[in-house]
Order: sequence, then C-alpha cells, then structure tokens
Amino acid sequence: MKRFSDLYWKLDSTTSTNQKIEALKEYFVSAPPEDAACGLRVLCGAKQLRAVSTRSLREWAAEFAEIPLWLVEESYAHVGDLAETLALILPDQLTQEPNSTDHSTEPLPLSRCFEATIRGLKGKPDSYKRQVVEETWKRLTPRERIVWHKLLTGGCRVGVSRTLVARALAEMSGLEPAVLAERMMAATIETAEDFQSLISPHPTSADSLRPYPFFLASPISNEPQELGSVMDWQAEWKWDGMRAQVVRRSAGISIWSRGEERMNDAFPEIVEAAEHLPDGTVLDGELLAAHPNNLLPFSMLSRRASRKRAGKKIRTEIPAVFVAYDLLEARGKDIRSEPLSFRRRELLTVVPSAFQRQPALSGGPATLHRNPAASSDIRMFHSPLIDGHSWDDLTLTRQQARRRGVEGLMLKRIASSYAHGRPRGDWWKWKVEPLEIDAVLHYAQAGHGRRAGLHTDYTLGVWDGDQLVTVAKAYSGLSDKELIEIDKIIRSTTIERHGPVRVVRPTLVFQLAFENVSRSTRHKSGIAVRFPRIARWRRDKLPHEAATLSDLKVLLAQATGQQQLSGEQTE
Amino acid sequence: MADLLEITPNGLYCAAGNFYIDPWRPVSHAVITHAHADHARPGSDRYLCAAPGKHVLRTRMGSQALIDTLKYNEHVTINGVDVSLHPAGHLLGSSQVRVSHRGITWVVTGDYKLQNDTTCDCFESVPCDVFVTESTFGLPVYRWPDPETVAHEINAWWRANAESGRTSVLLAYALGKAQRLASLLDPSIGPIYGHGAVMKLVEAYRASGVRLPPINRIPPHSRKIGGGRGIVIAPPSAAGTTWINRFGETSLAMVSGWMLLRGVRRRRGIPKGFILSDHVDYPDLMQAVHASGAQRVLVTHGFTDIVARLLTERGLKAEVLATRFIGETNPDDGDTDEDAQDLQAPTHESIDTDKKDTEDAQ
Repeated sequence: MKRFSDLYWKLDSTTSTNQKIEALKEYFVSAPPEDAACGLRVLCGAKQLRAVSTRSLREWAAEFAEIPLWLVEESYAHVGDLAETLALILPDQLTQEPNSTDHSTEPLPLSRCFEATIRGLKGKPDSYKRQVVEETWKRLTPRERIVWHKLLTGGCRVGVSRTLVARALAEMSGLEPAVLAERMMAATIETAEDFQSLISPHPTSADSLRPYPFFLASPISNEPQELGSVMDWQAEWKWDGMRAQVVRRSAGISIWSRGEERMNDAFPEIVEAAEHLPDGTVLDGELLAAHPNNLLPFSMLSRRASRKRAGKKIRTEIPAVFVAYDLLEARGKDIRSEPLSFRRRELLTVVPSAFQRQPALSGGPATLHRNPAASSDIRMFHSPLIDGHSWDDLTLTRQQARRRGVEGLMLKRIASSYAHGRPRGDWWKWKVEPLEIDAVLHYAQAGHGRRAGLHTDYTLGVWDGDQLVTVAKAYSGLSDKELIEIDKIIRSTTIERHGPVRVVRPTLVFQLAFENVSRSTRHKSGIAVRFPRIARWRRDKLPHEAATLSDLKVLLAQATGQQQLSGEQTE
Repeated sequence: MADLLEITPNGLYCAAGNFYIDPWRPVSHAVITHAHADHARPGSDRYLCAAPGKHVLRTRMGSQALIDTLKYNEHVTINGVDVSLHPAGHLLGSSQVRVSHRGITWVVTGDYKLQNDTTCDCFESVPCDVFVTESTFGLPVYRWPDPETVAHEINAWWRANAESGRTSVLLAYALGKAQRLASLLDPSIGPIYGHGAVMKLVEAYRASGVRLPPINRIPPHSRKIGGGRGIVIAPPSAAGTTWINRFGETSLAMVSGWMLLRGVRRRRGIPKGFILSDHVDYPDLMQAVHASGAQRVLVTHGFTDIVARLLTERGLKAEVLATRFIGETNPDDGDTDEDAQDLQAPTHESIDTDKKDTEDAQ
C-alpha cells in the first residue's frame, strides 16, 4: 500500500503535468507488474467494488477509536472526506512493519492488499469483514489508510486523466501515447501479464472488441465567424444523450461508454441493431431515449442507463436509440486519419437515415421521424447534417435547439481527422445559451473535498405565494472568495439544522443557469431543471424579487410546447 | 446563587471582584490571559497579566496602558476575590486565570497547549471546580504530530530549498507562532529573516529574556536575500501579496493546526503545510479537562457544542459559553493576520457564538 499511497499523495500535491508524469513513471517502473496492473485500474477509474458499506466502516471506526458514532459524523461534516476523517480518528499505526530498505518489496503490496482486504471481502459475513478491516488499520499509517479507505468503499478517484496515464506509460515503454490509449481502452488489465502486454512493443490481440479513444469537442469560446468559411464546417445537432461507441467485429459486439464501460446489457436493443452492421465497423455516436416520434428528456435516459440490465418493462417504457455521427473503422480498417467528409460518406453507406426531412429546415416538431422505408424497430440512425449557408443561418437554427430537445450545435471541420483526447480547433460544441432565473437559497450543506467545511452545496427555491419551493441543487459557479463569504452568511442566517443540512432565512439570491426544464415528480415544484449551476450571486436583489413558480412554468411551457403539440409527451 | 463568572455585553465578568477576563470592550479592570488580539483589546483603564507577558502586552496595548503584573502562581485579592495566574503554554506570558471565592474555584484557560515550547512556560494543570476551556481543535481528527518531528520536517524542507537556491517563506502568526518557529529552526542552514510585524514581537520576546536564534530584519529593496538560502517568517496575510514577490523564487509553507486537513491545504492553494499549533489538540483537551478535576466545564471558542455534548455524555456538567474569542484563525477565513482578528467575524467553527456576534455587530 505504501508505494501506491505515496503515488496518490504525490499526484495530490502537485498541479504540474510534468511532475505528475514523473510520479506515475516512477510508480510503474518500480512497482511489481501485478501491482502496476492493480494501480493502473484504479488510476483509470475502473469501476470499483464497494467491499464495505461506509455505514459499517464508520461504526467500526467509532468503536475502534472509542468515540461515539455521532462524533464521527460531526468530524466527517467538518472534514468533508470520510476516508480522511476515519484515517485521522483511528489510533496511530499499531504494528510497525519491518523497515525494508529494499524498495522493490513492501510488506503489504497493493495487489495483495487488494485481493485480501477488498476483493476477499465479497460475500463474506460482516464479522469477517470487520476483522480484516481492523487488522488492516493496525498495519497502515494514516496517509495509507486514507487511500485504502477510498479503495475499500469503491470511491478512489485520482486527479489524473487517462491521457496523462497513457503518456506516462508511453514515455516508460517507448510506445506512442495513442497506441497506449487504445490498448488501455481494452479495460481488462487484471494480471501482471496484462500489464506487461499493455506496455509490450509487440502488437497484442488482447481485446479485439477494443474501442478507439474518443475525440472530445471543446466549447466554442469566440464567435463562430472566427472559424472561417462556413463551407469548411459541418453542423449537426448536439444531442443530449450519452456518448458511446458501437464496435462490431468478428469477435462480437460491444457498446462502450466514454467511461469505457461496456453497456451491452443496459442497451440490448442497440446490440441487436448492431448485428446488422458489417463486420469490422466502429461507430461513434450518442445513445438517446426516444419514443418513435419524439425524444425523451435526458433524465429518462439516465434512469434507463442506471439499470445494469434492462428488463422488458423499462425497454418498453424508455426505448433507446443510437444516433451515429462518425465512422472510425470500416471493413476492418481504421479510417480515423481520413477526413471527416470521407468518413461521413462511408457512414451513410452503413447506417440508415432516420429522418424524413432534416429538422434544421423544417419548422416542425423536434422529433425523430421514423423513416417510413425503414423497418419499424429500427434503433440506429445517422445524425443528420444541418444546412447552413452562412453563420447567420446556423445562429438562427441554433436558437431552436432547446425546443427540439437538443443542447445546441456541433461544428466539425470537414477536413478533420478523428483525433484523440480534446485537441482544440476541429470539433466545437456550440451550446444554446442557458436559461436563467433568480432563485433564493433555501437549504445549504457543507461541501466535500476541496470545499470541505464550507457550506457550498446549495438547494435553491422559487416563490410559490409566500412559500419557497425548491427547484434545484447547485454546487458550482462561485469563486472561492464568494463561497467563504456566503458560508458566513449561511451560518448566521441558519434557522434550523437537520444533521448536516441547514435551513436558512431567505436572504441570498443567485442567478441560476440551466440547460432546460422538464416536468418532474421528484421535486416539490413539479419541475426539474437540467444541469443547474450558479451564474452569479445577485447581491443587488432582495429575496422577494426572485422568480416565482409561475415564471418557471412559463419556461416549461415554452420548452415542451412543441412536444405537446405532437401529442407525444408521455403515454 | 449566581455564577462567579458570567458573560456580559463587555465580556466575561466577575461581579464579586468587579473585574473582567479578556473583555471585548474597554472596562475599568481587565485580567488578560494573553496578548492575541481577540483576547487583549486596547482601551481599558487597567490591565493585569503575568509578568513574563508584560513586554508583549505592551507592544499591543501601547505605551500609555496601565499594566500590572503577577508572577505565575502569585495570589492577589481583588475586592475579596482570590486571583492568580498560571502558565497556559500558549505563548510568552499566556496564563490561565484562577478565580476563587467563597470556596468555589474557576479556571479560565484562555488559549493553551500542553506541548513543549521553549519560548514560554509550560502549561500547569490547576485543580478547580469549574473549568472554562477553549475548543479550537476539539474534534477527534485533530491530533498533533510530535513538534520535534515537525521541526525536523521544516528544517529538511528549508535545507532542500536552500540547496536549490529558493528562498523559504513560512507563514505563521506574528505573535507566538513566529517566535516558537524561530526557536525550532536550525540556523546552520541559512539566515533567518522576520517580517516587520514579526520583528516587533521578536524584540519584545528578547526583552523578556527569551533566547532566540539570530533573526534579521528584511533589508529594503532586496532580492534573493541570504543568497537564496534564507528563510522568511511572515504573517499569513502576506501570502499572495507583492511583498512576497520581492524574494524572487520562493517556496511557501503555511504553519497551522488547520494544515492537518487536506481540504484546507488545497483550498488555501499553499503548496506546503506544516502542522504546528499553539492550541490543544483533542487528546490534550480531554486530558486537561480530566486533570483539572472539574465537575463543571464551560466550553468556549471552537467546536463548543460538540465538546460540551461529549463531556456531558462522559458524566460532566458541560455547557457552551458564548464568547467572542477566536482561537487559531482558519485560513479559509481569508485574512489570517491575527492583528485583524477583532475586525472579522469569528471562524465558522464557533457556531454557537456566531449568532450572538452577528446580532451584536448589527
């Protein structure tokens, strides 16, 4: 654990890319390959097992430290990080490990620690788990405990991107970063051999269903006019779904999320649809929830995707479609370096059009019109292009985005190859301007991590008569300085405390920005806003000047008006 | 029967003796636990403090202030009330105030620590019936590392910086922490420099007979002082100012008990933190309460309600005492220069005192 925990803290203490790469290299070179494999999985954010519930962990820690549970909770509320809180309250390391001078061996190497104290707990009774946990506490230093707690509860996230990890491995192995990035997408690095073949100079057949690293777009920062001639660009809707790659090769079919999770079981109808693709095809596109004639809001897709295995009921209730917008591999050949115009032509030969006419030209509903020629259960379409003869045309089209249930436009350079990572310049997302209302702070809760100890998690409300009804939780958008100032106000205007949540007297007004509104049964207001964040603090506004529920209902009517027209809202 | 000490709008008051302890408004007679700005405020007619703290208090209260002193453990009777001062170990001249009347004894700790500190007298436990304790770090997550280990880490850090020609800058309170730090530094590594606010108090410490290593004033218009081998001790408010830029390439570290938490370090954006505090940590707080033998404990500035609840569960009569003391300013509160403390709202830990303070301020 020591080597990995040292790496964790080195990565934590620097913001320099070079220092991070150096620390990673040092780790991968010095760690035994089985440890390196295990460390790599964690660094890449592989789905982790929750071996012990945080509930049990705090109870055991409280007893071990001989303090009441409520005091652990209070400490957690102050520290803002459970792993750290528990590591700090426990008595000091009890078992002194023999101080090995040989750095290549450590008493509790990561892989063994992982097997024995995390995976080994699966399915075991609590009494056994507790025994293992207490023994491990005795062997670890507080710093090591923090990292181990995070592993144990399945929440170990390290502040490095996969790209950075790939770069470190590339520098270490002498391979191209892109090659490593691709190999890492294989996502099954379990054993020492896996790790060795990952950095092996020879091509591997490790995973023949491997996707390609995703090309990520950047938000457009200037006026689109500055991108040059509109003729050099292709415009598409920016779909509000989940990015995915569909891989169809002789070895089978795989649907990959951007987090490189295989989602075959969650989206079986897409797997079925992919069977009709020619062998050696890789599509990049978006998973969406949609009824035959209209798109469903993202929250529905999110609900759908949260089921690991989609049963018949949810498949009928929330059907999924895949909108393809790029072709990365055709007939088994990697075509990513070909220009977009070429890839687009090839894409059209593989995936049918689902659109009767291009929505950009129609004033009609924001709906997916099924291609009458296509079979009724068609689940895979290509993303239509939006005609725009000038940037002004596109600017006008973009304004319709919200009504159509999309986030805005994507602008892609026609001559661009499919790069990996987020290089700027060829792919831009041109989102629609957010909606905004002024909302009043109703509840506040202490933040976590960097914002631990400050009340930075806000629940905001709008007025319904003289009552505040909550409409959104918002965490981001204010400067550290403002957060500190607001924290003080929250503390001095607290009316009630419910555990970590403070109810405040309405004094603070924030301009809340969000992408869209939809109906919700989960919120008291009956309205849910998409991707809420704080645009700014309205010191100039008094609480009673904030928005009302009816203001929000107007926005809702505008946003859903089109869908209601088509009579397809919810069946 | 009324309590021997009680909170009034002017501060903690002993009606029987007609004096205040660390009042927050000018009064006729103020007994001072220590010279930090949240405990010692100017404007009172007479001050009483421990003899070793006279010079330090003088620098804070001005040359006109009337300051009487008592030796540690020396008793004086004020209007029939027995008063004595006992070392609190917080900084030079810091005291616990023992007040005894009609068979009941109270001890007010002010700020205190149990750790060793060569720049002041060590905390002495004083038996009492009612113990008024601070609780700045009264959560079980706060357990201080051994100060010698921390000193070793600081010197190792300084040495590494010196070897790469970077000036080291330590951010610490000008009064108490700065002098304690100086005493922990290894002068063989390079020259030690003090910010003007620090130097004023270094002189007061020297005048009181405390031995400190050589500390230099910062020469005007200097870059690369000490040839890049130097270390500068400056108040936390110096962070991010142009004053720091004059030293060219620097390594910055904050010295505070709050540095124990990763979130605070990261939020503060200071690359390095050393955990050293002049306040009791949780185990020492529990130990001090136990050693006092008090059956009743009043908890002031810090995690007041939490510590009071815990002590109640442990069978003591414990309550929160709402004062205006601050303790060690959390760096999140922005301006950490303790000179500015009385201008700012209390730290967010002092939840129970917040309301009162805000109301008072309005």
